[in-house]
Amino acid sequence: MQPESSLHPVPRRRARIRLSAFGPLLGLAALVALATALNPAFLTIANIFNVLTRTSFIGIIAVGGTFVIIAGGIDLSVGSMAALLAGSMILVMNALAPTLGGGWLTIVVGMLFVVALGALFGLGHGLAITKGRIEPFIVTLGTLGIFRSVLTYLSEGGAITLQLGLSNVYSHVYYGSFLRVPIPLWVFLAMAILGAVLLNRTAFGRHVQAIGSNEQVARYAALRVDREKIVTYMIQGVCVAVATILYVPRLGSASPSTGLLWELEAIAAVIIGGTALKGGSGSVPGTVVGAILLSTIGNVLNLTSIISVYLNAAVQGVVIILVAFLQRGREAR
Amino acid sequence: MKRIYQLIVVVALALTATAFAQDQKVIGVSIPAADHGWTAGVVYWANQAKAQVEEAYPNLSIIVKTAKDPAEQANQIQDLVTVNKIDALVILPYESAPLTKPVADVKKQGVFVVVVDRGLTDPSIQDVYVAGDNPGMGRVSGEYVAQKLGGNGQIVVLRGIPTVIDNQRYDAFMEVMKQHPGIKVLDAQYANWNRDDGFKVMQDFLTRFPKIDAVWAQDDDIAVGVLRAIQQANRSDIQFVLGGAGMKEFVKMVMDGDPLVPADVLYPPNMVDTAINVAAMHYVSGSAVLGTYIVAAPLVTKDNAAQYYFPNSPF
Repeated sequence: MQPESSLHPVPRRRARIRLSAFGPLLGLAALVALATALNPAFLTIANIFNVLTRTSFIGIIAVGGTFVIIAGGIDLSVGSMAALLAGSMILVMNALAPTLGGGWLTIVVGMLFVVALGALFGLGHGLAITKGRIEPFIVTLGTLGIFRSVLTYLSEGGAITLQLGLSNVYSHVYYGSFLRVPIPLWVFLAMAILGAVLLNRTAFGRHVQAIGSNEQVARYAALRVDREKIVTYMIQGVCVAVATILYVPRLGSASPSTGLLWELEAIAAVIIGGTALKGGSGSVPGTVVGAILLSTIGNVLNLTSIISVYLNAAVQGVVIILVAFLQRGREAR
Repeated sequence: MKRIYQLIVVVALALTATAFAQDQKVIGVSIPAADHGWTAGVVYWANQAKAQVEEAYPNLSIIVKTAKDPAEQANQIQDLVTVNKIDALVILPYESAPLTKPVADVKKQGVFVVVVDRGLTDPSIQDVYVAGDNPGMGRVSGEYVAQKLGGNGQIVVLRGIPTVIDNQRYDAFMEVMKQHPGIKVLDAQYANWNRDDGFKVMQDFLTRFPKIDAVWAQDDDIAVGVLRAIQQANRSDIQFVLGGAGMKEFVKMVMDGDPLVPADVLYPPNMVDTAINVAAMHYVSGSAVLGTYIVAAPLVTKDNAAQYYFPNSPF
């Protein structure tokens, strides 16, 4: 394989990229076929919407993660950030309800607040990483702990709960539909399209990819590396905030177990989707497929009982590795 | 840098320790950090007990420490003995096996040991064991479900995290189900004592089974997610959801007569309060304080819910 590909690099490489782009989709198709064979209820509209709606949190976060990872960074804090954003949003809305009323005005202010806070957290990460010159792994590992403990402190370890009236109004955002499709799905779709356009059709997107493949060269090419990197972390923060906006109306509460291990799921979705963990290249549609694939595994396991529940995590592990195997290639050279 | 920091902490702790008068007895309390609802309740009740016991008995002082994993807890109880010079230790072990040896070492130095909830692997170490009744919780839940369904129906079960506690509850529940062949347990899946997983697992159960008569969620956090999933699916076949532990929101629902939540089974985090009081008794009463104290897992219904409702607790 090795000498052959170096003799004919161009066609070889093309074929590989095409295969690797379809890898996760292939995995997903196989999983869907298997699931339908095991339990026909899988292919019902209701179940498909359940799975996709559930995916929207991780999916939207992973869209942001795609930018961070392509630029050569990583954000481990997203799960904790989601928890803290959810808790802060609920506290703010509860506090505003007496003055602004228990309706949409309070909720919209809450949404704006949480997006601003998410962007601010991202800005903090970006500044610490670029100006502070601290490894992103360390910065975000630190904030992973900070965000979650601040939430635990605010909730005294219990749950922060949205007022009942607000919760009833707001719940439409998660449970409501537009043109028969659940609202979270529309938001997920919009964020994915926005992300894909930003990554592939703008100068910013090209800069991000250039920085990820070789930061030194990008600097010599007079790209504003620091600024672009900061922006990727801010995009990540805003994506987490959007996911939070969809998450809060689901249960109307935030607790220390909110968003637990979401960072690993989001990073896994990005990587399964074909983005290189070392940065430089990747795609938003791939990430979307990766995220859907991850949540489908859990759904399939719940819909069947052929495998002992003790082995659920093992099944997930096997599927993830298999899919990664299908989309391998680019780094193998 | 780290050494200096450690030194500062040690000196600070030593200063607080020497501040206590000679005839004072010090009770150290070591519990898991508040990382979910139930442990939040434990931390709350430990601090309540500290305030109440210190107020009632001026010669007793109580130090409450929380740990985020078994290793930290093991270090912590060492510090409690060497630095804080505790006379008694009340411990809710993070995990049984890794903490047995550290507690045994503490015991050897003459400390009075009260173990709460999770037992150590060697029960001879403890002077007093204040135990939660996990099999009892499963049994009471099973009996309630069977009685409420009149011995007939289809149910789904949501389990916690794969641990001894979860197995004891589940096995006792299934034992009761064996005596009621008319009740079919459709499936049991782990929901990790967590709201989001409760929601997901229940959504999938609803997709998979067209008729479910009742849900045993075992835990109130899981039950929060279960209720939302049922509400979303607009299903009216489910007669009731039985949670457990005694979260204040659920006790309130039982109190208010919510049709979907007619009862709850108690597994009270305030058992740590009981344990601290037992430790205090060892010093203030002359009589023997030894043995095992099993905190019952009673059924909370509309009639008795008020006595288990603590609106100030975070859980």
